[in-house]
Amino acid sequence: MSVTTAPVRTAPEAVSFTAARLPRIAPALVAVVAVAAAALPVLLLGWGPVAWAILSALVFLVALPVWAGVVEGRRGATDRLMTGLVWTACAIAVVPLASLLWTVVDRGLPRISSTFLTFSMYRTSLDQEVGIYHALIGTLLITIGAAVISVPIGIMAAIYLIEYGKGSRLAGWITFLVDVMTGIPSIVAGLFAFSVFILLFGPSYRSGIGGSVALSLLMIPVVVRSTEEMLRLVPADLREASYALGVPKWRTIVKVVLPTALGGIVTGVTLAIARVVGETAPLLLIAGLTTRTNFNLFDGRMTTLPVLIYTQNANPGIAETPGGTPPGVEIAWGAALVLIVIVMLLNLVARVIGRIFAPKTGH
Amino acid sequence: MATTVVAEDTGRARPRLGDRVFSRLALAAGIAILAALAGVFIFLAIEGVPGLSKPAEFYGSATSFWGYVAPLLFGTVLAAVIALVVAVPLAWGVALVVSHYAPKSIATPIAYVIDLLAAVPSVVFGLWGISVLARELQPAYVWLDENMGWLPFFAGPASGTGRTILTAGLVLAIMILPIITAISREVFAQTPRLHEEAALALGATRWEMIRMAVFPYARSGMVSAVMLGLGRALGETMAVAMVLSPGGGISLNLISSSNPASIASNIAANYKEGTPGKIQVLIATGLVLFLVTFLVNFAARWIVTRSERKLHR
Repeated sequence: MSVTTAPVRTAPEAVSFTAARLPRIAPALVAVVAVAAAALPVLLLGWGPVAWAILSALVFLVALPVWAGVVEGRRGATDRLMTGLVWTACAIAVVPLASLLWTVVDRGLPRISSTFLTFSMYRTSLDQEVGIYHALIGTLLITIGAAVISVPIGIMAAIYLIEYGKGSRLAGWITFLVDVMTGIPSIVAGLFAFSVFILLFGPSYRSGIGGSVALSLLMIPVVVRSTEEMLRLVPADLREASYALGVPKWRTIVKVVLPTALGGIVTGVTLAIARVVGETAPLLLIAGLTTRTNFNLFDGRMTTLPVLIYTQNANPGIAETPGGTPPGVEIAWGAALVLIVIVMLLNLVARVIGRIFAPKTGH
Repeated sequence: MATTVVAEDTGRARPRLGDRVFSRLALAAGIAILAALAGVFIFLAIEGVPGLSKPAEFYGSATSFWGYVAPLLFGTVLAAVIALVVAVPLAWGVALVVSHYAPKSIATPIAYVIDLLAAVPSVVFGLWGISVLARELQPAYVWLDENMGWLPFFAGPASGTGRTILTAGLVLAIMILPIITAISREVFAQTPRLHEEAALALGATRWEMIRMAVFPYARSGMVSAVMLGLGRALGETMAVAMVLSPGGGISLNLISSSNPASIASNIAANYKEGTPGKIQVLIATGLVLFLVTFLVNFAARWIVTRSERKLHR
């Protein structure tokens, strides 16, 4: 065989086992050329840096696939195009997010002071300082209330779904309805708590616990789903090894399955808390608004940070100097910064805890 | 000991106390969820059904409940559709970068930023939407009105404040992007390593590997990610209530202030001055919103189960 084919092999590159490829620096090279090429019309027509960035990206997204198409063929060109698009999506996604964080820090930071954090909005004379202490306490208490209701229910329900009810009709229904619950709009949860509490206690009833009930309705499905996912990832080998040692099922769940999944569960719970900490609509309906600090979850109106931000921005008052920022808007930005810092701290804590308890997976 | 376990697995022996208590607790928690969901429906129905048939003066300019709710429903769906159209491709792109394209030293910070942003409260997005995005987009709307005015979407006249349904939809898109990304990223990353390496070993480029190994494996997860995003966009209250300045009737014109509010933002804006009768009307619109999101979830869920079955066969 080889004897007959040998004379045919005239061109030496025909024995190459790899197809033609662009050099490794090709993307960088095209990027530089694209930026330079885009600079020309930008300078001539006097466009801004945003237009320059967009134009450069477009030139890059056309030029690199075309070059790849010439050298590597159609498949190579598609690959280059998709790589470019995917990275472009990433860049586009980061822009508004960065803008948001920058704006919140930029406009919120000047308003932050020790008075802002330790005074409530309740004042007896007009020249008194105001702050968001009452809203901080309200957010803290209502969120703790919601977590106390929803975390045990959520985790136990997930345990039922994975460990006990697997394959049963009831478990199927619960899984399905948890999915439905994930889609419950927050305002509907608020209307539910509102309906329940005005039916029980009369039309003008407002309290923090109503807010907790509404928020737990939003939290439970998140906790169930994340816990369920994590329990499902626990290898069956671990459970079987535990049974083989004679450990009862409930101790297997508590001592083997839950610790293995703990990192993920804590992350899920924290994400759920972070989701409800910023919820506005249900609390606007049922927890109401007050200027005083209220420590009692079960009696009286309770302001939370998001509701404070919304109402202060909607009714900002009159600026001291004409054309200046109204005081309500300043308070809203300050409170927004505090809220975002709380959320980020929650995430950070979750990450650290998740890492400490994470099982050693080996990859 | 061992005999007990075997017997327990076959279900013949009486389980021990700890097991019985624990399994009952788990079952009770599951049933509590069913009860809560039934409670939502029942209580909304009790308070909302009287709102369906009030005298005409309760419905503002409309004469019946359906005339009142139809524009709101249209506004809700329109804002959510804009959000999905913008957010879904971006989210999948970001998720692919994190799971497959970027080296780990870049992917981890990107994932971390997106995770943090998933938790940015809606009211902060609303605040940012009014004071930054609407202001930045207003000149773009004027340009669209002048140059693309022949499209029904950009018929104009362009809003002077930028507080249009398109701005609201874009804010919603930014809000649902982190959620869709986070879930898609998880499912992309769970693709079996062997599938990917097999595809690469057969000579697939990276994109072909993603199309042939990652997407089929992740399809149901991608659908459920979109479904969660849609659910949040449909029911999102505060961002829409803050950003959108609602106008009159049903219109596809995205850049003027002629579009209706969404159901949720309408409730948030009007519940305060509501008499008990007016509040019943609002709760009835909430019931409609609940049913719509229920239907969306039902359809999405059905797609998920179907694609899962296809994957296993």
